[in-house]
Amino acid sequence: MPTVSVKRDLLFQALGRTYTDEEFDELCFEFGLELDEITSEKEIISKEQGNVKAAGASDVVLYKIDVPANRYDLLCLEGLVRGLQVFKERIKAPVYKRVMPDGKIQKLIITEETAKIRPFAVAAVLRNIKFTKDRYDSFIELQEKLHQNICRKRALVAIGTHDLDTLSGPFTYTAKRPSDIKFKPLNKTKEYTACELMNIYKTDNHLKHYLHIIENKPLYPVIYDSNGVVLSMPPIINGDHSRITVNTRNIFIECTGTDFTKAKIVLDIIVTMFSEYCENQFTVEAAEVVFPNGKSHTFPELAYRKEMVRADLINKKVGISLWFVHSFFRETPENLAKLLTRMYLKSEVIGDGNQIEIEIPPTRADIIHACDIVEDAAIAYGYNNIQMTLPKTYTIANQFPLNKLTELLRHDMAAAGFTEALTFALCSQEDIADKLGVDISATKAVHISNPKTAEFQVARTTLLPGLLKTIAANRKMPLPLKLFEISDIVIKDSNTDVGAKNYRHLCAVYYNKNPGFEIIHGLLDRIMQLLDVPPGEDKGGYVIKASEGPAFFPGRCAEIFARGQSVGKLGVLHPDVITKFELTMPCSSLEINVGPFL
Amino acid sequence: MADGQVAELLLRRLEASDGGLDSAELAAELGMEHQAVVGAVKSLQALGEVIEAELRSTKHWELTAEGEEIAREGSHEARVFRSIPPEGLAQSELMVDSMEDEVQRRLQLVRGGQAEKLGEKERSELRKRKLLAEVTLKTYWVSKGSAFSTSISKQETELSPEMISSGSWRDRPFKPYNFLAHGVLPDSGHLHPLLKVRSQFRQIFLEMGFTEMPTDNFIESSFWNFDALFQPQQHPARDQHDTFFLRDPAEALQLPMDYVQRVKRTHSQGGYGSQGYKYNWKLDEARKNLLRTHTTSASARALYRLAQKKPFTPVKYFSIDRVFRNETLDATHLAEFHQIEGVVADHGLTLGHLMGVLREFFTKLGITQLRFKPAYNPYTEPSMEVFSYHQGLKKWVEVGNSGVFRPEMLLPMGLPENVSVIAWGLSLERPTMIKYGINNIRELVGHKVNLQMVYDSPLCRLDAEPRPPPTQEAA
Repeated sequence: MPTVSVKRDLLFQALGRTYTDEEFDELCFEFGLELDEITSEKEIISKEQGNVKAAGASDVVLYKIDVPANRYDLLCLEGLVRGLQVFKERIKAPVYKRVMPDGKIQKLIITEETAKIRPFAVAAVLRNIKFTKDRYDSFIELQEKLHQNICRKRALVAIGTHDLDTLSGPFTYTAKRPSDIKFKPLNKTKEYTACELMNIYKTDNHLKHYLHIIENKPLYPVIYDSNGVVLSMPPIINGDHSRITVNTRNIFIECTGTDFTKAKIVLDIIVTMFSEYCENQFTVEAAEVVFPNGKSHTFPELAYRKEMVRADLINKKVGISLWFVHSFFRETPENLAKLLTRMYLKSEVIGDGNQIEIEIPPTRADIIHACDIVEDAAIAYGYNNIQMTLPKTYTIANQFPLNKLTELLRHDMAAAGFTEALTFALCSQEDIADKLGVDISATKAVHISNPKTAEFQVARTTLLPGLLKTIAANRKMPLPLKLFEISDIVIKDSNTDVGAKNYRHLCAVYYNKNPGFEIIHGLLDRIMQLLDVPPGEDKGGYVIKASEGPAFFPGRCAEIFARGQSVGKLGVLHPDVITKFELTMPCSSLEINVGPFL
Repeated sequence: MADGQVAELLLRRLEASDGGLDSAELAAELGMEHQAVVGAVKSLQALGEVIEAELRSTKHWELTAEGEEIAREGSHEARVFRSIPPEGLAQSELMVDSMEDEVQRRLQLVRGGQAEKLGEKERSELRKRKLLAEVTLKTYWVSKGSAFSTSISKQETELSPEMISSGSWRDRPFKPYNFLAHGVLPDSGHLHPLLKVRSQFRQIFLEMGFTEMPTDNFIESSFWNFDALFQPQQHPARDQHDTFFLRDPAEALQLPMDYVQRVKRTHSQGGYGSQGYKYNWKLDEARKNLLRTHTTSASARALYRLAQKKPFTPVKYFSIDRVFRNETLDATHLAEFHQIEGVVADHGLTLGHLMGVLREFFTKLGITQLRFKPAYNPYTEPSMEVFSYHQGLKKWVEVGNSGVFRPEMLLPMGLPENVSVIAWGLSLERPTMIKYGINNIRELVGHKVNLQMVYDSPLCRLDAEPRPPPTQEAA
């Protein structure tokens, strides 16, 4: 969930009133936001770098507000204020307009070289804008928030904003060999080639995260103006020439990307949020983008869409009236329209008096289905005002048979004097292979491709390593240690749809000054008694037969056969295994597959 | 004198005494070491109610060895003075001409038991000179007990089979038990606290008529884990940083292709009343295998199976099992944890129903004060986070997440249009940590578990009053 940090006093000024922290927290809760933290720059720095560094920092109170991940329109102060003011019916939602310029329209021409690397671009102009320091900071911060969220760390979309008065169109969006791109980037004093820049940014804490997006591509995306001035090299860095400042009056915005839909949403969000500060409020100047196929499109789209939803559907989905005949509990279509309007969705009752027509503004890209409208109606109605009822769904409960058996078994394992462990399903290759004297290829384990540490290389193929590690972590406990676990292991299996299968295993270990094979053997006898499997090879009975295994001491290992199939092994662990798990005492173990006993 | 004799003497004196006697005084009267009397007191105490002994401590001043010498022979200064011959010494060799031995006088006062006649300052001066020491004397004030008797006989410790058969137990006194001592814990196995809580949650769902879904597949395809839930392929949760993907087997071998086509269309073009996400949906991305990041993938499979059965029958499902996240680990987060999930599918379910079911569910957990907050989940709309008022923290804390599954998830499965599915989820670890007062999740889950904690953990009774927060004693 993205967190937006805004200056409290600035926020209250824009909201036209002050709140106590509790009141504002309550308002957030109602609206689906969360006042996550109340802090200041000073506090943040002192927490992260100590009091000394924080000495000169600002102690203006900051509200950190958690915003739902799909509400891009609430990622800046301007959007938050507009959303809350409309919610509280203090203002009407503004109408965003796209206008053609008096003079020539700004043009961005996309060449076909971009197709393989970053094929889409959209653009718009904010004319006669008036920044202040706070507005300017918010403008930069919004771009950063969009980059981190909907833009997927610039992979899907990257935003470039430029001082239009320093440039001259038409602009060209193309892709070139990195050695052929040379310009002075933001915050540098001289020109570098793209190759040099990629090298320099390897150590830049902010930019290094974006390099991988284009790094190994033969051509890098780049935007020029008609004089060959570089506007930006998306998605890495803008040129210094067209940098915007607090005094910039006319802004050219370009968004390039691999996801056309998202690029259009991002552009819409930026211009709807900041056209507030244009001389003609909420008015955006169009720009023309010419695609490689020669077709022209005008942006920003700023599309308003109409949806039709029946009032009784909303009532029914929210549950405002379903079980109550009295109209007292039902919201009238007019009231529902009013509720939706409070959610920035201008609505009115039309037709037979049960239809609500909802206008979805360009800021609400998250509304893609009637269910999104239903949710907004419910939020405006107040979740906590909804009458709670129980569904009349009549069902008979069943347990999953494997879990039912597991529950029964684990209670009797404890009754037999063994203590239950709960170990990780993920572990290192070493745990399931090397330490047990087995080759990893023989384990048929599934392998994880992106583990952050060796602890998460594979899914376990046996429960034994987890139990031995549990003993190793509890060596101070009095002996004997008697542990068990009944849980799943995973084995590759090409007969399943995903190519792997879980097996429910039961594993037990006995750790003491003597190996205690007879104890583990006795436990097996008890388990078979519990499962109603008689001793003996016939009539579905069980028997153990001398066997061997690299994890066991020679001559001290037996295979368990039950109901006509091999279900596991028991024995005294090999001293090498004991040593590799950092243990010092003899140990015997038992591990069986529970599945065959269902 | 043997212990027994001292004890007998003590009892006889006590019988004659008026109320009681002091162990130190008795020792002085009998002319024996105080320690011997103390020994007798203790052995009589062990017999039960024969005597009552109250420990008293008194402080008094005693001379040190050097102090004794000075009290006897005079202070060093005085001795020097006295050693001057009657004929005197040369004036240059003698600084004083007469003196009174004040130190000796004071020490003699202390020796005579009149230390209180000296001022605080004078005593401390003598103490600094190591001539005087303050001694604490522990004595017993002994009085008759409820079973006082001057004749003491050896008490039996335990009842024996012989005593029962001979009947001798009737005449024998028995040594009293110390009921303050701890008993011997039984030799037993123990269930793991987290899994005890799991059992209770299963019980609650079963009591509410919910059927358990199969969740025995840790490995899942991206399709069932994300795409089927209408979670777009560029969603951050599908990032390498959040999800464990598999190298082997890297891709799912089979997917239900008819259904896959419907899912693809819904993502890329919309449909079922939805605008869709309008992006280029890729089958390769859906095939990628991973360790499931939630049990909702299993719920999706269960709902898909349900949709294939005609006619539709309402269901209530639940599951509790492991899920995996490639996250940064800390005191409350591990790479794997247990997710609890409840699902109800029926005609015409509403948000009010969801809230009603949640209220019943949480009431069974002993949580009655609930509040619902609007939230965003990719696959539910409307969505609501569930908060409960925490008495200890004095604030609202999140206890679960819930919502109504999106039509874009349900309709491609083939579920009828007027069927709604409400669902909620929470982690098993968090309520368990709160229940058992555990701060570090590693002490609870995984091989670093504290076995003593497992041995000592009480029954899990979710609706019973929680005990007061644990103190530091637990190691």
